[in-house]
Amino acid sequence: MVRFIIRRLLITIPTILVVITITWALVRLAPGNFYSGEKKLPAAIEKNIREKYGLDKPWYQQYGRMMWAIIGHRDFGTSLKYEGQSVNSIIFRSLPISAAVGLLAYVLALVVGITAGSIAALKQNSKWDHSSMALAMLGISVPNFVLGPILVLVFSLSLYWLPPSRWGGFPSRNLILPVITLAAVYMAYIARLTRAGMLEVLRSDYIRTARAKGLSETQVVVRHALRGGLMPVVSYTGPALAFLLTGTVVVERIFALPGLGNYFIQASLNRDEPLIIGIVAFIAITLLLMNLVVDVAYAFLDPRVRY
Amino acid sequence: MDLESEKRELTEAEDHIESRLNPVDPDMLHVGQEMAVAEGDVDPGPQHEFVRGTSLWQDAWRRLLRNKLAVFGLVVVVLVTIISVAGPTVIKRTLGFTPDYIPSNDPRLVKSFPPFTGPNGEFSWTHPMGTDNAGRDQLARVMQGGQISLFVGIIATLVSLLIGVTYGAVAGYAGGRVDDVMMRFVDVLYSLPYVIVVIVLLSMFRSQTARGQLILLFISLGSVSWLTMARIVRGQVLSLKNQEFVLAARATGVSNTKIVFRHLVPNTLGPVIVYATLTIPQIMLTEAFLSYLGFGVQAPLASWGSLAADGVQNIAIFPWQLIFPGVTMALTLFSLNFLGDGLRDALDPQMRTV
Repeated sequence: MVRFIIRRLLITIPTILVVITITWALVRLAPGNFYSGEKKLPAAIEKNIREKYGLDKPWYQQYGRMMWAIIGHRDFGTSLKYEGQSVNSIIFRSLPISAAVGLLAYVLALVVGITAGSIAALKQNSKWDHSSMALAMLGISVPNFVLGPILVLVFSLSLYWLPPSRWGGFPSRNLILPVITLAAVYMAYIARLTRAGMLEVLRSDYIRTARAKGLSETQVVVRHALRGGLMPVVSYTGPALAFLLTGTVVVERIFALPGLGNYFIQASLNRDEPLIIGIVAFIAITLLLMNLVVDVAYAFLDPRVRY
Repeated sequence: MDLESEKRELTEAEDHIESRLNPVDPDMLHVGQEMAVAEGDVDPGPQHEFVRGTSLWQDAWRRLLRNKLAVFGLVVVVLVTIISVAGPTVIKRTLGFTPDYIPSNDPRLVKSFPPFTGPNGEFSWTHPMGTDNAGRDQLARVMQGGQISLFVGIIATLVSLLIGVTYGAVAGYAGGRVDDVMMRFVDVLYSLPYVIVVIVLLSMFRSQTARGQLILLFISLGSVSWLTMARIVRGQVLSLKNQEFVLAARATGVSNTKIVFRHLVPNTLGPVIVYATLTIPQIMLTEAFLSYLGFGVQAPLASWGSLAADGVQNIAIFPWQLIFPGVTMALTLFSLNFLGDGLRDALDPQMRTV
């Protein structure tokens, strides 16, 4: 187990360096740069700026300096657009917002998805089963950028119940619509996964044994079936996190939340090189570490898995 | 027995097995029937899988037709495709405008602005879905958007098929070290935030022409969506490559390349088709997501994602500008997903991941 973790961590480091390098190469290989915007800078000023940021050096020196700053000092440099702000400070300022929305959405999706999926499996082919699975399919098919504005239209612009956008601190009514918008797809996926997993488990021998022992149906379901039936949901956590991250990009955009995703889109549009690289690297690191955690958790939950 | 007849016999045996589509797992058909019975909607069908004439394809087709939701999906997908492809031409012929026609100089049409109303503010059959901000007909735009969305979905899926099937089949057939390295590479790519990288790619290399951006979109979407396909094909090939028909092919001196592409790949077709059907809506969704953010399809071309993005601007005043493209897209994805699910149940009842 320890060896597995160490081996995975050793793969993670070069992976992140590769991601940074690919991103850097994409930004650099593309025609144009941050300064080739609409407002043309006077040549002398541009020259000074280039000197200040080290952009007058050959590319391999720039690459080396950037890599050294990242590896040696965990320093992604300063943003070109938001002058005087370091990339690190932007990330740490916007991260809590994305994390709050993302985690709340994931918890909501887990609770609703597992409940709906279990009910569907236990009452297979009933009205409950068919309606919750149809709803789940709808959840997968309606894009979040359609669902979000429609929710805003109904609950904010027509009923005046909830604020339509903006960040309002952590526990606030502003969070409700973004969290529901983001959670919808995962809810649907988790419900389908739970149903499939539970159906398989409910037919297995150890459930028959548990029933034969005379356990109550609640105990059979909660203590025996759920544990095995939820394995597909656990293994979906990794991909779910990745999708959650991309989902937040759209949701933050719809609801004008100053989170990581919104900054990332702005940075891409502005060609703000250090900020792009910083955010991509940060997201990659988070994802890889979370995937590792999920794999370890999987091994603990399912005694058959060995690394 | 002379060599010639032995060879013929082997080829026959091979054909025979191949006609069953998937000789991997002798339990498969059996399990499929059991499941079908459990679900209570499909009749197990005749027991003679070895007779030509009731091939797995025909069996699958019959099972698909019994699945109402899948048939609904199939009908909707076909209808949406036909309407999207033929619609703009029909509108051009009958009403005389194209999807990107801006009627700023046409007094007859300019009155139809604001959207969704005729000249005097009532519903107009000239623009059943209203018009967009520039006065372009929304129905024609949605049809054109459908063309582009479906086109992107299909082309990018074909790209991912090409890469994924080749990669997976080679890794599975080669086995050992090569397989290890190739699949580890897939694992690494799998854990990357690829949509993020695609956004960087699309925003950095933003093309000046709408067509260029579209091609960029094909490449980037296709090149990141082959991973699952590679895994599925590899798994299939791994379990197929030790079967007798591969041995037979090798014994008769068939080259490795030919074994992989003539003998192994056709046998993985069932799961591959199922997964490809499920990939199309995923890619369409990703394309819409990218277009919504402004990185995908550029005006004057439209996709459902970019139409939704335009519609969101006016959500408070003209909500149908979002609702028409949004609902059309959701309906299409819904149908594609049901069709994919139905195909999976019909072709490969064992593969039941989401």
